[in-house]
Amino acid sequence: MSRLHKIISELEEISTHPGRAVRKQMEKTGKKAVGCFPYYTPEEIIYAAGMLPVGMWGGQSEIKQADTYLQSFCCSIMRENLEQGMSGVYDMLSAVIIPTYCDTLKCVCENWKVAVPQIKTIPMVYPQNRATSAGVAYMTDEYRRVIKELEAMTGAEITETELLKSIALYEGYRRTIRKFVAISGHYPKTLNARVRHAVIKAGFFCDKKNYSTMIGELLSELKKVPSEKSEGIRVVLTGILAEPDALLDLFDENGVTIVADDLAQESRQFRTSVDMGENALEMLAYRYAIQECSLLYDEAKRRGTLLKDLVKDNRADGVVIVMMKFCDPEEFDYPIYKKELEEEGIPMLYLEIEQKMDSVEQLRTRIQAFTEMVMHKSLFYNGKENDDVHGY
Amino acid sequence: MDQKVTSKALLGELLDKHYQDAIDAKARGKLVAWSTSIAPQELLETMNIKVVYPENHAAAIGARKCAQEFIDDSESKGYSIDLCSYARVNLGYMSIRDSIAGNIPMPDFIFCCNNICNTVIKWYENIAKDLGVPIILFDMPFNHTYEVQEHSVKYIRGQFEDAIAKLEEISGEKFDYDRFREVMAVSSETARWWKKATSLAASVPSPLNGFDLFNYMATIVCMRGKQEGLNLFKLWAEELQEKIRNGEGPWKTGEEKYRIMWDGIACWPYLSDTYKTLKNHGINMVTSTYPDSWTIVYESNDIDGMARAYSSNYVNRNLDYGVDNIAGIVKEFSLDGIIYHSNRSCKLMDFRQYEVQRRVRERTGVPSVIFDGDQTDPRAFSLAQYETRIQTLVEMMEQRKQEGRCER
Ligand code: SF4
Ligand code: SF4
Repeated sequence: MSRLHKIISELEEISTHPGRAVRKQMEKTGKKAVGCFPYYTPEEIIYAAGMLPVGMWGGQSEIKQADTYLQSFCCSIMRENLEQGMSGVYDMLSAVIIPTYCDTLKCVCENWKVAVPQIKTIPMVYPQNRATSAGVAYMTDEYRRVIKELEAMTGAEITETELLKSIALYEGYRRTIRKFVAISGHYPKTLNARVRHAVIKAGFFCDKKNYSTMIGELLSELKKVPSEKSEGIRVVLTGILAEPDALLDLFDENGVTIVADDLAQESRQFRTSVDMGENALEMLAYRYAIQECSLLYDEAKRRGTLLKDLVKDNRADGVVIVMMKFCDPEEFDYPIYKKELEEEGIPMLYLEIEQKMDSVEQLRTRIQAFTEMVMHKSLFYNGKENDDVHGY
Repeated sequence: MDQKVTSKALLGELLDKHYQDAIDAKARGKLVAWSTSIAPQELLETMNIKVVYPENHAAAIGARKCAQEFIDDSESKGYSIDLCSYARVNLGYMSIRDSIAGNIPMPDFIFCCNNICNTVIKWYENIAKDLGVPIILFDMPFNHTYEVQEHSVKYIRGQFEDAIAKLEEISGEKFDYDRFREVMAVSSETARWWKKATSLAASVPSPLNGFDLFNYMATIVCMRGKQEGLNLFKLWAEELQEKIRNGEGPWKTGEEKYRIMWDGIACWPYLSDTYKTLKNHGINMVTSTYPDSWTIVYESNDIDGMARAYSSNYVNRNLDYGVDNIAGIVKEFSLDGIIYHSNRSCKLMDFRQYEVQRRVRERTGVPSVIFDGDQTDPRAFSLAQYETRIQTLVEMMEQRKQEGRCER
């Protein structure tokens, strides 16, 4: 196995067996681990506290116990998180941080306290008026409150120096993984949909320092091999996340290359950089203030523009909407950007997903039909040689 | 002959006037705002800006049984069937703009407060985007603690200040702080009388048929800052007191056999069905969790108090509070049972319901049932299921009475 494939399979192993990966790191480093519910929980702060932030993005288990807290019309990711919490999957965590961006998260936060009492709950409220001075002040106060909770757990102070170091590390991680995302479309075979997803997802279960190193190495290995021609169509993904793997396999089967994404689980996590702030907490608050996501108040409703730009910049043929069933924030955005993309003549494929799906047959037919339709239409430079591969 | 106006008649008049005022204002080129139902209307009232409440309007459309047309329209634009039906009705109304339930003028700006849910952020963002109008958002941080935290109060206060500046900019007029103080006083006083009137249903038998409560709710939404609103609730309270003195129950015919609470919003398209099923069993819905959300009381001139009050409604507070709240209601209103409406529209109310139900049952021993429904989407309710659940509730309440476990 080449070094390249070795790194890839290591990352795949981590992303498919997160529990094992997290435990191994905890043993190796002696660090405590803190669970981070989606979305945008302050990993930098947890890291600065000398603990390991761990992403919690649902899963594929059978829902049994969570049904005693949540009706069936709750999004699958939160039902999964609660189910796994109740069945002990997360027992290695010392605490979980649960933000309350949407109505479902508010309730899940409250239920978690009762349903999973063995793990400390640290709720967190992110301001929606986030670019105003009152909003920034509130955000930094919330960070301070969380810092106190974490300090109580470790018994050590989280210093400004540690916070700044952590922020720098995370900025580095974000730069690195953005490079990976930018280049993945040039390797539709080596980095097919399933691999691309696994590589990005693995980051949630790794110390970001080691992870950045791994991704860095992956990138330099990639430089040694020629880029691959994509034979089918090029798409931008948008939504909360693109799972299960069976769905990603359908993309691969049909020659669909993911050239960019606007997924909460992927690029939305790392596409924004720190760009101002007098101190560490302000830096975090200002970064949060300029982030863009369906969960964050956006008076200008820029989602359509953002997607159009992603399509243009990445010469994509269309947008695939992976709609998490029962997700209000995503469902509300859809009619607005749908209209805007239609006006531009950008082809769209709407796929309603749940994390665990009994069958993807219906999706298969839709993806096939979409691929054929777009191939005939071929809006952009489809099938052309990829130039400028390493020009990032 | 000086026949006394009843509060019910007055309520109808006031609602008609409320909508007419907004239509007239629009026609005269004056500003009209669309607002969520528990927003700091004090600011708008101070500036004499007319307001329309899409939730009220959607509820009225639902109650007139004509929601489907609007729902179909928004679903055809891509809105999911799983989204709040108030939003779907309203977003459909934005293109159809005509309903037998009455019409509302389009807004010049949006006034949105997320103390009722975060759904409204998305819904109102979309209105603003579609119509190209500005939006003022009041973000009331979810209280995962029992009480509102101090940094939340500070943040909300800051948002009031920002909103005032934005209102001055939109209207081109100065904000009058003296008038503001007056409006604050009236608003608190109205809310007190609202609370007082609705609390009178604690009498046994209750002078109030709780389905009337749903009607009065439309006025507490839109009349809180107005003297007329205050007068209405005072009059209503007097009428109820009079009935108590005369020993009158909720209905002209039929005795109040069981007293229950309704958790959540009504099923507007099935208002009379849901009501009749209860009445046939002698069940009076004496109160609901929902109305108390408008008991927004604070000292005049106390902006921090106002901030705290607006953030303290039960859906914006934690589960412990939700449980204490209902357990308190069980006692205060001498309840025999509880009906929980698992409302497909409202995830924030639903997703704590199971745990609240368990704990309230443990704490109070009062039986309860949950039924599936929706506030305005007629497709999400089954009368047969509802009737079966009510039947079950009656059996449980009856058994409990016979076992003498009923404390009153
Ligand atoms: S944002 Fe959507 S998917 Fe995520 S928790 Fe909320 S409803 Fe569920
Ligand atoms: S019904 Fe629920 S989701 Fe809909 S606007 Fe009211 S509080 Fe929000």
